[in-house]
Amino acid sequence: MSGVILILALTLSQMLLVAAMACAIWRLVRGPRAQDRVLGLDALYVAAMLVLLTFGIRTGSTTYFEAALVIALLGFVSTVALAKFLMRGEVIE
Amino acid sequence: MSHTTDLPAWVALIVAFLLVLGSGLTLLGAIGLVRFQSFYERVHAPTLGTTWGAGAILIASIICFSVLQSRPVLHEVLITIFVVVTTPVTLMLLARAALYRDRTEGTPGVPQFEAAGEPGAERPGTSD
Amino acid sequence: MNRWLPYPVLTASLVVMWLLLNRFSLGHLILGSIIALGASQAMSALQPAQPRVRRWDMIPRLIWVVFVDICHSNIAVAGIILKGRRRQRDSGFVTIPLELRDRTGLAVLACIVTSTPGTAWLEYHSANGRLLIHVLDLVNEQDWIDTVKRYESLLMEIFE
Repeated sequence: MSGVILILALTLSQMLLVAAMACAIWRLVRGPRAQDRVLGLDALYVAAMLVLLTFGIRTGSTTYFEAALVIALLGFVSTVALAKFLMRGEVIE
Repeated sequence: MSHTTDLPAWVALIVAFLLVLGSGLTLLGAIGLVRFQSFYERVHAPTLGTTWGAGAILIASIICFSVLQSRPVLHEVLITIFVVVTTPVTLMLLARAALYRDRTEGTPGVPQFEAAGEPGAERPGTSD
Repeated sequence: MNRWLPYPVLTASLVVMWLLLNRFSLGHLILGSIIALGASQAMSALQPAQPRVRRWDMIPRLIWVVFVDICHSNIAVAGIILKGRRRQRDSGFVTIPLELRDRTGLAVLACIVTSTPGTAWLEYHSANGRLLIHVLDLVNEQDWIDTVKRYESLLMEIFE
């Protein structure tokens, strides 16, 4: 019984998270400006990290945790670099 | 799917509730990202996913693995701390970049540069 | 603190992080301690400003206040997103004069304001101490100024 509840909740939450990733991708593609795209990318990697954690609960293995940690680290660094680029890399004088 | 049946029913219920709560809030944040009209409103949306969205799923993961292995498994706390510390930094940098770009382009409805004559007024990116 | 342990909090948290990533054993404790000591020595070569915490006992209270506020604003922002365009809503910029000058305190305040759904830190002018934030649901400007001022007074007790 408890297994059924957990599997149902895991499936539901994975579907919700994939929908969240789809929304983030929509914002990433539509823009309209560069900062909106970076914001979409940021939301995308957070949702991807959470999907990996739910996979970890589903399979009971802790390997997914390391992948989630790497995604969190790389996502942070890339968003900071892109934000810095937006502030300095484009000359609008 | 053998390990999930090892969980007691009340643990499974709590983990299921936290999972649905966290992913639901993350989805709401993403919907806000699509729906809001201006960039400065959209900046608020992902914080929903990174505070309670990520928090609830990480707590669910901690409870699940701690009960399964009958010892406290706390390494998810690292991701929690990491997400809590890094998300404000990225959003803040992004908002400041957007403000700088809007000001240099003269977009209406954005607060202009502070009055001249003080350090940092010309380049708002350096005023921290 | 002294020459071998310039940043005790950093060193201790690095050891804890090492032990969380690996399983707890004596070998990992020794290895983690060596790495943490090396990292804090490297950190002291960079010479960052040493944060001074005056009141450790106020930190749990700050965490609790922030936690409760994050719960409240999560519900509020979720409601705004669910209602969509049916309700007229104003979002806008608020300028707040700050008295907090401690750099660490300002960094913590920036993290709190941004991670709370509904408010976003935009910029701070160190010359005149004025902070610009963006608020999603701007009903009463004074409410938001009071909210930030409450964090500010707690942070001033902790850091100044």
